[in-house]
Amino acid sequence: MYPHISHQDDQPILDVRNISARYNGRFALEDVTFHLHVGERIAVVGPNGAGKSTLFKVVAGVMQPSNGDVNVYGSTPRGHVCIAYIPQRSQVDWTFPVSVADVVMMGRIAQLGLLGWPKKRDWDLVHETLKIVDLDNLSKRQISQLSGGQQQRMFIARALAQEAELMLMDEPLSGLDSPSQEGILTLLDELKRQNVTVMVATHDLEQAAEYFDRIMLLNHRLIAFGLPDDVLQTDKLVQAYGGRLRSVDGDKVLTVDDCCDEGDDHGHTH
Amino acid sequence: MIAAMKGMTMATLINFFLEPLQYPFMLRGLTAAVLVGIVCAVVGTYVVLRGMAFFGDALAHTILPGVALGYLVSGGGTDSLFWWALGTAVIAAFGIGAISKNSQIKEDTAIGVIFAGMFALGIALISTVRSYAVDLSHFLFGDVLGVSTGSLWLILIFGGLVLLTIAAFYKEFLTLSFDPILAVTLRLPVGLLNNLLLTLIAVTIAVSLQTVGVALMVAMLVTPAATASLLTHRLPVMMGLAALFASLSGVIGLYLSYYLSIASGAAIVLTATAFFTIVFLIKRLRN
Repeated sequence: MYPHISHQDDQPILDVRNISARYNGRFALEDVTFHLHVGERIAVVGPNGAGKSTLFKVVAGVMQPSNGDVNVYGSTPRGHVCIAYIPQRSQVDWTFPVSVADVVMMGRIAQLGLLGWPKKRDWDLVHETLKIVDLDNLSKRQISQLSGGQQQRMFIARALAQEAELMLMDEPLSGLDSPSQEGILTLLDELKRQNVTVMVATHDLEQAAEYFDRIMLLNHRLIAFGLPDDVLQTDKLVQAYGGRLRSVDGDKVLTVDDCCDEGDDHGHTH
Repeated sequence: MIAAMKGMTMATLINFFLEPLQYPFMLRGLTAAVLVGIVCAVVGTYVVLRGMAFFGDALAHTILPGVALGYLVSGGGTDSLFWWALGTAVIAAFGIGAISKNSQIKEDTAIGVIFAGMFALGIALISTVRSYAVDLSHFLFGDVLGVSTGSLWLILIFGGLVLLTIAAFYKEFLTLSFDPILAVTLRLPVGLLNNLLLTLIAVTIAVSLQTVGVALMVAMLVTPAATASLLTHRLPVMMGLAALFASLSGVIGLYLSYYLSIASGAAIVLTATAFFTIVFLIKRLRN
């Protein structure tokens, strides 16, 4: 019942060709093409409603593009269980009666198979991943009792328990204080060691430049995709953000009049 | 003297509990109330967690025309009504599910239109029979003391099937309810599981028809689960507590019904509501 399509290792982990996708009747993505290498860390930046969430959902095989192809190791994402989509915290029902360990165990159910129950090996793995994200002492807590940063780390643990090779994180840093942000950014190094490919939607251009291998600048269309120095050019940023961009101190430091709330590309699938 | 009085009160107390049990209809009624309570509570946990209370209420009302038709066809008999209820409930569950996906009208509006219309059709059908007032009230509010041994077996078998299915797909239903996107990225058969859950709710409603009736059904689905949700943060515990509250409500409600001569379905629901109110207030006071 659960498809586990074998990977063609000569193919890129993610190959996106000419995809367009509609969200609420409007084009959220238009003709986007790129591919990723294994273990890369990609920051996806762009204004609210630029199609970042839609891109992630199309890549995860949750949404079907209206045009174009997505291939993960040479085949459609719908056959793979190695893609983890980490939702925005605002999309989660935190009152749900589950513990931290319960949520992380959900990542195992593809491996368990239909009608399979978690075995000791699975619980061991759950606790191992919780140790990696430094939450093992909170594994029995109900999920609303975690701080924002801890909630985000719990989802990273779940993606690790899933044995995900491609992690898509939708604005994991939004609404977190800087120590919590730091905690998550440090985890990116651990993910790199495990050869996990990571795409992170973020609003912070400085963090994008500092912690990520490549930056994708998105506003429905792919405006630029490359090394931070090549992408964070004023002309490209203006193209992505329009008038919301402010240039501070010549063109060295750039800030964006943009925040993390109520992007209209945040979809519900409930 | 005091010892004698004590003996007497003890005897009265025992008598209080035993007296109703000498009637086979009371025994059958109590068994039905407990079984239905457990099944409703466990399924109701998902109804509460997924915010499907209105859907459950609508589905219960929508089966009335099917039940009425069975009633007319069988010439007033009640033994075959379970099958009519079951058939209608399953069809209605998928019908409502399909209409909800049509985005032209808002989901709750579409459900409201269908459920009121079907409910009215049911009443119209039953009103063609001369003795309709009594029979209609049984369909609306239940007639647990009229449960036959045959019906009890049907409740046991189909209720058991519902519980077994929920246990078998525990982790799938849990994941699908908490994070539908995760369920898709883990490539669970999401459409199939959603339809399975709708079917389980439909079967539960058919199983509960005679005990609480269509109008009070939503209370059995929602109230015990809501009470339990105030007391725990773990899903299995929530299901167990909900089942406990529901079966206690069934037993206490039936005793109340026996001694106070009030309608059994109403007594059961009122007891469940009392449990909820007490737990809610205690939690409020503690905070």
